[in-house]
Amino acid sequence: MSSAAIATRPNWLPRFGRYPLPLYLGGGLIGFIILIAILAPWVAPFDPIAQNLAVKLQPPSLAYPFGTDNFGRDILSRIIWGARIDLQMGLIGVAFPFLIGTTVGAIAGYADRAVDAVAMRVVDIVLAFPFLVLMLAIIAILKPGLSSFYIAMALVGWVSYARLIRAQVLVLKSADFVLAARSLGYSHPRILFRHILPNVLTGSIVFSMSDVVLVVLNGAAISYLGLGVQPPTAEWGIMIAEGQNFITTAWWITAFPGLAIVVMALGFSLLADGLGEFLGVRE
Amino acid sequence: MNLHRYRFILTRPLQLIPVLFGISLVTFVLVRLIPGDPARVLLGAKSTPDAIARIRTQFGLDEPIWLQYVYFLKNLSLGDMGKSILYKMPVLQLVGERVGPTLALILGSVVLSLLLAIPLASLAATQRGRFADHAIRLFSTAGLGFPPFWLAIMLIIVFSVKLDLFPVAGWGDTLAVQIHHLMLPCFTVALALSAVITRNLRASMIAELASDHATAARARGLSESRVFWRHVLPNAVIPAINLLAVNIGWLIGGSVVIETVFSIPGMGQLLVRGIFTRDYMVVQSVALVFACATVMVNFLADILTVAIDPRVEL
Repeated sequence: MSSAAIATRPNWLPRFGRYPLPLYLGGGLIGFIILIAILAPWVAPFDPIAQNLAVKLQPPSLAYPFGTDNFGRDILSRIIWGARIDLQMGLIGVAFPFLIGTTVGAIAGYADRAVDAVAMRVVDIVLAFPFLVLMLAIIAILKPGLSSFYIAMALVGWVSYARLIRAQVLVLKSADFVLAARSLGYSHPRILFRHILPNVLTGSIVFSMSDVVLVVLNGAAISYLGLGVQPPTAEWGIMIAEGQNFITTAWWITAFPGLAIVVMALGFSLLADGLGEFLGVRE
Repeated sequence: MNLHRYRFILTRPLQLIPVLFGISLVTFVLVRLIPGDPARVLLGAKSTPDAIARIRTQFGLDEPIWLQYVYFLKNLSLGDMGKSILYKMPVLQLVGERVGPTLALILGSVVLSLLLAIPLASLAATQRGRFADHAIRLFSTAGLGFPPFWLAIMLIIVFSVKLDLFPVAGWGDTLAVQIHHLMLPCFTVALALSAVITRNLRASMIAELASDHATAARARGLSESRVFWRHVLPNAVIPAINLLAVNIGWLIGGSVVIETVFSIPGMGQLLVRGIFTRDYMVVQSVALVFACATVMVNFLADILTVAIDPRVEL
């Protein structure tokens, strides 16, 4: 989670029926991408990896709507198969930080001051590093690949969730319903995870949606640098890196995978905006 | 002028000490986690027995791990960050050579993004609800979703390949050539950064336009443009400075990627190459320098905010 997410949420998009319009648009876009990803073997016109040098560097045409690359692979098919990887990258890349950060933040907020102080110092230290730099350093000592990306994401990304949850738990800790639960003799874990946590999760769920955008952009950037998903796998970031050598002759190799990332990022941004508006969450 | 508002300049560095220790501990542990003999990890496969013996004593590699950390800190305080395997020179010197282009890229991007964001936000805030406002808000919402490395390549295709206005990539020997090489990279980063700043700036301008002091200025008969330039803009820009400081980590990460796209010989390119060549001393040092720079920038932004806004107390 890089700090580019720190910006105000637009409050100007109109409502449409029961739910805010962005929720429909974002849900529609992401639903479409999920569908394409699941149906990839059936909707992709060509094999995403098989080379066919007879048709290399073909510009967009009816047979190849997005053109072909220097190995004669169909760009459209590679984008469709790549949706599987990039979607997975965004969702898993957010899931681990979400779980770790929520747990740490909840415990730090609820436990005594010493535990809180230690947890928050660790957060400060992780935040002192530029997000991408720390991720790259962790990937450097593991080995380039998707699993290293997930590990690095988990180690670096949890801090924003921990901060978010901790701040809210600190407030609710002294609420009346917590006092009531305590006088009923409930254990601390039960109070924290059954009574307090459900009340504070909405904010971080909305945040996690906008976080997906940043995770996908980071994941694609790391793959572009050659440290994430490895070729010949079809992934949007790698496709852009591979096309960079052909920008003078074949713009379509880089242009279309990038547009795919933009569409996915837009989908999750709209989903986050709509969800935030619907649930009444302000960042 | 009351100087006690500046007390934090003396106390804050003390609070930063644990964070700086934490940074050094993280960078130290990162490299020690690599499986294998640390001397061979640091020196590479082709190291001579002589060099291995030397690094063993210098970094105390036969001592217990906590003492190794003390050695690491001692070397660091002497300005010795080790030697690069690939470039065969002290890392500190290497970093010194590479810091310029990165600094220029980041500063250029910040200046350019302000040059973009201030007029756009002013236009959006004063034309609120009209077409210009909607268009500018669309730009600032969509801007965040554009992968900067892809945007960079698209800009290269249009401005370098088709229009032939800028070099495709690389760096020059003279200042003029270097600036020419930096224009497109700075513009790329500035586009993404200005999206964030425009959003924030527009919101604070709208709040300032509706504030009591703006109304008071209008009541004194000041023209709307004078109210905007003298009373609204200066107040609205202050939070944007903090936003820039908060985003410095993102900006450094962005510069790493952009330097690779444009082959700019900066710290980011050094880091990425260091990872590929397993030049761990370089990776460790670049991460350390970037983290310390982030901490420093946030500290400086606090000083700047206190200096320009008399209401702020830290």
